[in-house]
Amino acid sequence: MSTLQVSVYRYNPETDSAPYMQEFQVDTKGRDLMVLDVLHLTKEQDSSMAYRRSCREGVCGSDGMNMNGKNGLACITPLSEVVKNNKLVLRPLPGLPVIRDLVVDMGIFYKQYERIQPYLQNDTPAPAIERLQSPEDRDKLDGLYECILCACCSTSCPSFWWNPDKFVGPAGLLQSYRFLADSRDEATSERLAELEDPFSVFRCRGIMNCVAVCPKGLNPTRAIGKIREMLLANAT
Amino acid sequence: MVTNITNFGRSGLSDWLIQRFSAVILALYTLFIVAYLLLNPGLDYATWSGLFAQTWMRIFSLLAFVSIAAHAWIGLWTVTTDYLKPTGIRLAVQSAIILAIFVFLVWGIQILWGA
Ligand code: SF4
Ligand code: SF4
Ligand code: FES
Repeated sequence: MSTLQVSVYRYNPETDSAPYMQEFQVDTKGRDLMVLDVLHLTKEQDSSMAYRRSCREGVCGSDGMNMNGKNGLACITPLSEVVKNNKLVLRPLPGLPVIRDLVVDMGIFYKQYERIQPYLQNDTPAPAIERLQSPEDRDKLDGLYECILCACCSTSCPSFWWNPDKFVGPAGLLQSYRFLADSRDEATSERLAELEDPFSVFRCRGIMNCVAVCPKGLNPTRAIGKIREMLLANAT
Repeated sequence: MVTNITNFGRSGLSDWLIQRFSAVILALYTLFIVAYLLLNPGLDYATWSGLFAQTWMRIFSLLAFVSIAAHAWIGLWTVTTDYLKPTGIRLAVQSAIILAIFVFLVWGIQILWGA
């Protein structure tokens, strides 16, 4: 038998008084499909279901969701990686307001991203051709710039669940360090001054859920440790 | 920057440093007390009070008391800001915690220098 039992979180605030789980039987024909393919098959059974996706190859970051309890990108997560006992449970990313079904409101996530000023700041007049960077300095940005802002990490972080308005969260902090580590950026001390309160960075408890789920294999906890080191060096 | 007034240091960095420093002090103090008890099996009142009559032991103990007060406050302040969302309840609990810590600290000092 290649029938998969799929249960999907459904919620339409205009018609439903409460969220509920809808059950589907999906025939996978024995193939190891990606979770996103399974979602397409369930949508064929009930076209009222809503979810986000665009690139379907792990690049755009729009189909982050909770699959059998773990956040990830549905388009690059094969069934063999998540399915247990022939059952697949799909829920929206935890901790964010649900707009409809698997679609969440990412507003507060982007607000924290905006707060860390995710752009290069340099008031020195630009040289005729370009601002140069040594290969060694460029290497420091590896493991930082690759983030696709899928929010899988921040929405699996308990510290972000409790204080999403004050704690920047792993995604924002990884990007914050991306600019702190950039040899061309001149706003280092202003950036650090924004981060030394008890919430923005220090609410991180080192639980490392963020590292466990990042579909790009990035390590926000390491970046947070580096920011802490910079704050310490700056203040002692 | 996120502002907050109930946290005394107002700096996450100093909280973080104090938390680590006080943890080391508390670990040393615990190790010392455990080692002392193991090395003095038939401990009687005279020896025990003799230990605490010495100035260095009083200083070490006071350091441990202050460390536990700071450590407990920072830790519990964090817990209240994580889990207690209504401002009134959070403030009340924080006040109760600070009051208890103050009482225990003064009481501890009185025990150290009193007897
Ligand atoms: S760090 Fe990883 S999990 Fe977090 S937003 Fe970026 S790509 Fe997604
Ligand atoms: S390591 Fe920090 S940022 Fe990452 S999940 Fe844990 S608390 Fe959140
Ligand atoms: S659809 Fe673009 S990352 Fe999955």
